[in-house]
Amino acid sequence: MIQSFINDFPKWLKKNLFNTPVNSVISIFILALLWKAIEKIFLWLLVNSVWTGTAATCRQADGFCFPFLFEKVRFIIYGFYPDGQLWRPTLAMLLLFGTLFYSRIPERWTKKLVYTWFGFFTLFFWLMRGGLGLPIVTNDKWGGLPLTLMLATIGIIFSYPLGIVLALLRRSNLKILKTLSVLYIELIRGVPLISVLFMSSVMFPLFLPEGVNFDKLLRAQIAIILFVSAYMAEVIRGGLASIDKGQYEAAHTLGLSYFDTMRLIIVPQAIRIVIPPTVNTAIGMFKDTSLVLIIALFDLLNTTKTALRDPEWLGFSLEAYVFVGLIYFVFCYVMSKYSQGLESEFGMKER
Amino acid sequence: MLKDINLTVKKGEKIVICGPSGSGKSTMIRCINRLEEFQKGSLVVENIPLNSDVKNIESIRKEVGMVFQHFNLFPHLTILENLTLAPIRVRKMPKKEANDMAMKYLEMVKIADQAHKYPGQLSGGQKQRVAIARSLCMKPKVLLFDEPTSALDPEMVKEVLDVMVDLAKEGITMLCVTHEMGFAREVADRVIFMDAGQILEENTPHEFFDNPQHERTKEFLSQIIN
Repeated sequence: MIQSFINDFPKWLKKNLFNTPVNSVISIFILALLWKAIEKIFLWLLVNSVWTGTAATCRQADGFCFPFLFEKVRFIIYGFYPDGQLWRPTLAMLLLFGTLFYSRIPERWTKKLVYTWFGFFTLFFWLMRGGLGLPIVTNDKWGGLPLTLMLATIGIIFSYPLGIVLALLRRSNLKILKTLSVLYIELIRGVPLISVLFMSSVMFPLFLPEGVNFDKLLRAQIAIILFVSAYMAEVIRGGLASIDKGQYEAAHTLGLSYFDTMRLIIVPQAIRIVIPPTVNTAIGMFKDTSLVLIIALFDLLNTTKTALRDPEWLGFSLEAYVFVGLIYFVFCYVMSKYSQGLESEFGMKER
Repeated sequence: MLKDINLTVKKGEKIVICGPSGSGKSTMIRCINRLEEFQKGSLVVENIPLNSDVKNIESIRKEVGMVFQHFNLFPHLTILENLTLAPIRVRKMPKKEANDMAMKYLEMVKIADQAHKYPGQLSGGQKQRVAIARSLCMKPKVLLFDEPTSALDPEMVKEVLDVMVDLAKEGITMLCVTHEMGFAREVADRVIFMDAGQILEENTPHEFFDNPQHERTKEFLSQIIN
């Protein structure tokens, strides 16, 4: 294989990069630019980088400061979670990855999967919170990656069905339901997530009676779900609108009820059509969970910012942001790849 | 769109409806299972009056099957699932029984070997035969055909018509909008000619083709026979 690659490479170059004089000039120009950038990154990350030492060693060098990362990675990933208990969020995340991995195959999307997720969340919250033999860790101590993953996963799992319901209501013949759905969607879409989060954390408690304390994390989670569901609704509405009238007619003719027609015929087709924009929304919301830092929740981005405030390690923001950026990227890239896989799987079978 | 329609179809009768496009033939049969609403007049199916009562609409739809020009199979379900969905959900039939029945009808339309494929993997003629089998699974008393062969490639028309002829012999009540005059001659008890939303002529196939009464019918027949 390598042999054939070496043999074909000059041909490939000629065909794709140097096929005309103008293209050759453009190719050389772009390759030169690329080389400049890669050279810089290579020097910064590998040649000039510091692997052992202190902040002082790093400041003298002109490269990536790994000691900073080694020192701060624990806080960036886990936030204020107590030291002796770190296996718990770790295991909770592994369970999450396992459950997600198990759920990836469409054949498994049955009722059993709902129970599986229910079981998973029970375990997840037991591990994170404690009780039944584990020391309690209240959720103001939760933070970092487990928190971000939790906000995003629960956000998607709940906003998606809510979005479907909103989309169906928006297309329903009952004027009042339709109007309510339109009002909700337009209101939520017209407001930035930051203000919804603010409202949930600052304004909402004002309406509660004295002494009633509604968990801050839960409020943020609900705010995210409500916010994203409006976007999901619009994405799914697009899918619903593209379903041929003949599908409804066939379902009516067979005597299927409205509920069955929607649940078994229309919605399953609509959500397949809108897989790309759905994942787009999901990726957007995954990154938007970082906005919870304005209501003082320590998600992955906030733990990173906090790590940067350590006076001993001031000035290593590039290292910190490259690191968390990479984490965000890996999750978003996996989502994107997965959605492409789903699309082609449905496309191959059903079209 | 429709005017002065006065039509009675007896149990087991085969009616072929023809006419130029826009003449209201599809609209007429689509009124029978309420895919179209009518403004005036009355329509009774199997002693159930068709009105805006949802109960009545649902009971009529259980008795009336329909085959569409564009098949309207459910693309996200396998052939077998397409057939069993309504019996299981509407007739509350156990899954096993529904599967057995579906396979029986798939054999009848000679397509049992495709049961686990998806509609997208079938040819037009195969899809239409699946659509026929799907409506049969609901054991309808009346079967409506809305130009079942118009969207097919010419070489697939016969396989669908053959199935329809077999069905006609089984004695089910059929109302069929089609331009397949050979089919009309072979199975129809009556042929109806429509134009501009009215029934212009109604006769046995023999009389209809060999001795058309109305000027408009003559003109229409001369055009499609050539």
